[in-house]
Amino acid sequence: MFDILFWILAAVTVGAALAVVILRDVFRAALSLVLLFLTVAAIYITLYADFLAVVQILIYVGAISILIIVAIMLTREVWRGNPSGKLRIPALVVSVLLLGTMVFTVISTEWETSGEPPLQPTTAAIGSGLFGGFILPVEITAVLLLAAVLGAIVLIREK
Amino acid sequence: MSVGLEHYLVLSAVLFSIGLYGVLAKRNAVVILMCIEIMLNAVNIALVAFSRYVVPMFLTGQIFAIFVIVVAAAEAAVGIAIIIAIYRSRQSVDVDKFDLMKW
Repeated sequence: MFDILFWILAAVTVGAALAVVILRDVFRAALSLVLLFLTVAAIYITLYADFLAVVQILIYVGAISILIIVAIMLTREVWRGNPSGKLRIPALVVSVLLLGTMVFTVISTEWETSGEPPLQPTTAAIGSGLFGGFILPVEITAVLLLAAVLGAIVLIREK
Repeated sequence: MSVGLEHYLVLSAVLFSIGLYGVLAKRNAVVILMCIEIMLNAVNIALVAFSRYVVPMFLTGQIFAIFVIVVAAAEAAVGIAIIIAIYRSRQSVDVDKFDLMKW
């Protein structure tokens, strides 16, 4: 069942990502970015990552998309559209080359996959992992978030 | 053929390349930030797929993905603050006009 779901989700995700790059209206590009965030959350569910799916919806769909839409509103550049710069063709060449290299590597590598069933539900295991072996990165993340909030306030304050 | 690790990795690679194209080619700084978010999501898909298929009993990949999400949130907040600060002084979010640090 997850196979069909994966193909549908993959098609919608790639379509939404292409729409972000191609659409001329910046606001519509932001809305298709929200669609991409939602489908990525669904892809996490097909990978049995239930906690991450909820985190994805809370942080990306809930917070980051609002931030981006507010930024689009505040900068009043919607009328200018979503133009490409002078580097359009080189950027396309670089991206296609990188994609070809990555796909070739992924397909030609013999991945050592494990046949074990996935752990579920994951929330308790992620919690004991975060506050067990990963406690130092968690503390550093707290400092990072504080620095980011202070930095955003300092940058945006009226002189 | 059932869906396996390779399918998720190829999906991740496709998303990453689309995001890279957007970052390199677009002129609107907010759109560039959106494309960076696409790239971070692509990386997260790869991490969670590795976690699911290579070490299903350990959730290391998912914990890494949580850290990536945290850093992405901090990056979005600071990035949008920088864009709005530049917009105030330049009246534009066109990255071709962001040349105030050019020598």
